[in-house]
Amino acid sequence: MIAYFDHNATTSLDERVLQAMLPFFREHYGNASSRHEYGRAARKAVDDAREQVADMVGAHPSQVVFVSGGTEANNLLIKGAAARRQPSQIAVSAVEHPSVTRPARELREQGWKVRSLAVDSAGLLEMDDVEIALRESVTGLVSVMLANNETGVVQDVAKVAELARGVGAMAHTDAVQALGKMPVSFAALNVHAMTISAHKVYGPKGIGALVLDKRFDIKPQITGGEHEKGLRAGTENVPAIVGFGAACALATSRLTELPLKLRQMRERMDQGLRTMGAVLFGDGAERLANTSYFAIPGIDGETLVMALDRAGFAVASGSACSSGGTDPSPVLLAMGVERELARCAVRVSLGKDNEMSQVEGFLLALRGEILGLKRLVAV
Amino acid sequence: MIKQPIYLDYSATTPVDPRVAEQMIPYLTEKFGNPASRSHEFGWEAERAVEEAREQVARLVNADPREIIWTSGATESNNLAIKGAAHFYKGKGKHLVTVMTEHKAVIDTMRHLESEGFEVTYLMPETNGLVDMEKFTAALRPDTILASVMLVNNEIGVIQDIASLGEVCRAKGVLFHVDAAQATGKVTIDLAKLKVDLMSFSAHKTYGPKGIGALYVQRKPRVRLEAQMHGGGHERGLRSGTLATHQIVGMGEAFRIAHEEMATENERIRYLRDRLYQGLSQIEEAHVNGDMEQRVPHNLNISFNFVEGESLIMAIRELAVSSGSACTSASLEPSYVLRALGRSDELAHSSIRFTIGRFTTEEEIDFAIDLVKAKIGRLREMSPLWDMFKEGVDLSTVQWAAH
Amino acid sequence: MSYSTKVLDHYENPRNVGTFGKDDEGVATGMVGAPACGDVMKLQIKVNKDGVIEDAKFKTYGCGSAIASSSLVTEWVKGKTLDEALTIKNTQIAEELALPPVKIHCSVLAEDAIKAAVADYKAKHGAMVETAACKGSDCSN
Repeated sequence: MIAYFDHNATTSLDERVLQAMLPFFREHYGNASSRHEYGRAARKAVDDAREQVADMVGAHPSQVVFVSGGTEANNLLIKGAAARRQPSQIAVSAVEHPSVTRPARELREQGWKVRSLAVDSAGLLEMDDVEIALRESVTGLVSVMLANNETGVVQDVAKVAELARGVGAMAHTDAVQALGKMPVSFAALNVHAMTISAHKVYGPKGIGALVLDKRFDIKPQITGGEHEKGLRAGTENVPAIVGFGAACALATSRLTELPLKLRQMRERMDQGLRTMGAVLFGDGAERLANTSYFAIPGIDGETLVMALDRAGFAVASGSACSSGGTDPSPVLLAMGVERELARCAVRVSLGKDNEMSQVEGFLLALRGEILGLKRLVAV
Repeated sequence: MIKQPIYLDYSATTPVDPRVAEQMIPYLTEKFGNPASRSHEFGWEAERAVEEAREQVARLVNADPREIIWTSGATESNNLAIKGAAHFYKGKGKHLVTVMTEHKAVIDTMRHLESEGFEVTYLMPETNGLVDMEKFTAALRPDTILASVMLVNNEIGVIQDIASLGEVCRAKGVLFHVDAAQATGKVTIDLAKLKVDLMSFSAHKTYGPKGIGALYVQRKPRVRLEAQMHGGGHERGLRSGTLATHQIVGMGEAFRIAHEEMATENERIRYLRDRLYQGLSQIEEAHVNGDMEQRVPHNLNISFNFVEGESLIMAIRELAVSSGSACTSASLEPSYVLRALGRSDELAHSSIRFTIGRFTTEEEIDFAIDLVKAKIGRLREMSPLWDMFKEGVDLSTVQWAAH
Repeated sequence: MSYSTKVLDHYENPRNVGTFGKDDEGVATGMVGAPACGDVMKLQIKVNKDGVIEDAKFKTYGCGSAIASSSLVTEWVKGKTLDEALTIKNTQIAEELALPPVKIHCSVLAEDAIKAAVADYKAKHGAMVETAACKGSDCSN
């Protein structure tokens, strides 16, 4: 039995979410745009799910735009907002997910200036640098993620939003990793737009949402019908939307207990890692309760995760992207971590079904692997 | 006892085939890994499933699996193909060609490109819905970079001659995109033979799940696209975003079934459609929209003169049918597809699209025929226009009070 | 589109569908709307010697709300004098049938149909007086 410790990559579907979704594959299979009974049943399911999602993130249902996932939501927001504004500066943190940095870079072609916002050695945004950035150049959009996918470090997004609003810039946050692991409130963060995704909260893959202040005008990026109030064309993915809604409802109910359980396990994990001489990234900052990102100096991260996989522990060597490259993590480099050490990074991200015994087992296995690998290196 | 309403709207969407659902479920639950995870079995297992599905999709259309790019659906595929090619090849020219009866995902994308400075020719089809080869050829200019024509029309079910259209495009060095969302499992597609550079697919029109589609991007000669969604570089950089394994597995299985069963299934469906057509054509003043020969067996689109469309839909609530494209049916505008065929507003308004599928029975078809006959009769008894028609009044000569 | 129960009732069981005989006494017709707009209403009233509408019939080409609006006014005009019938307003029809905003035009059409029928009656009635007056004189019909 493999222990799954890669919940920041994706999560298993909650059985109750599956039960909520199943009727929409075979029974209530209508197209939500159809006017007949099958269509209306689908439409109602979509509306109900929209409410569940909105409820979880402190937003109004009308602010929830369903899209195919976090990547699409980030692309839609960044490109869609830029298309409706005069080119100016877009400021994004140095540790953003590629689905934010890449579309931001694309904007250069249209005359936008991309400004990277510095983080400190713990991975925390340097607010001074945010202020400098907003002062030195007219800024149209600021995007800072709520919690980092690799380090789990939580940013003060409300503060960023306040600074952005102060200069008339729009504020966006990618809250994909934060959702379900800490309270997330669109209203309290006071951002104009926020990205969320279902498959990180025990919901299905292939569905996410952009939560959007309706006064924030953006241009649709996928056209061809009036779905999602004209912001996103394409037949609604009804079962996935239903699953997203159910996952949000369940995640909300877990929010008081789960972070406590995760934190306990993570603290044990960190403690054990320290005794093995691990360097813990983002240690000095507030982190998501489930994430431990570490390096054993001298042991290559890729090699270590492969060894751990054989030992029955599924962990990651960095963010789960398809690039497959062996470049060190840009997130760690932005934190000032040496390239050599960054190559040793391993990410453990815990989830609701993990138990303390698995953590103990992991630490034991890790100790063994380290010994073995060090011996190899020494030879 | 027949389950009501009877679903005759298979072109709007289809139920997921039970065999498809069965394949999907394990990838929602125990095999839940992210296919992009490169460090453990959960990820590898998901990746294998994704690649197997890619082969299944490729097999149905006789393509190389490496030519298949996953998207969230045909709408996204159409957007990616058209915008992606237009942006990449804009140095070569800024003119595109399409047809007025295309799906909104193509039309709106073309409009979007017009706002960026591209020029688009929207060809009018013939009254049977088919594109005239000469007019199409004449529309291609030296600065034309891409032409987009759908294989099977979503409203009237007519099949365009994409083999010939493709030859013309290839000869003139114009990229050819085909929206095949409505075609898979209904007509044979051989991409090894067809001169098609880009082709859009959808799963949920072929008994697969919603939220998943694919774009065929030809390798030889190589077609280049500018990605429209950026991020982790999935799908060889053409489409970023975590792959929805269960949906991909579902599309693969749905296309596998289509590949194996389409020949026998289409025969059965053609029998049902012809039975429906026989029954409904006994009604006076019933007009089929679109060519009856060059047409998929699943579709019957028919207008009933002197009956108003919305009241007709209301009268046949026991049938789940569409009075036009599902995407536009929230508005009261007459179907732009039927308008493009030269149908009057009245006939366009009173059109019903019956689309038959895998789970339609003969009993359901017979029920539908009887119901439509009875209700058309009742509505015409109530219709002053029907009276006038029966009295021999030519309605086009009547001076109507503007309202 | 969801319809109110009253619209559904009138649609399923329309009152007074039909046409009066061509030679019936005191019959007037109002026809409003256009096929291209998606609705045509024909309202016929039968007026007795006292100027009271004693019967009404309709035929309508249109959506459920248009059919219900015309069915309803055939009931409402019965027993009313011509002038009383003219006081029926579209807002009353819309309210009675709980028409959604996109269907208000159906009630407007029904009000117009009453006006047209009454106008037709008055025109014919006037014509009859005139016809009577010119009897024996040089009328060519």
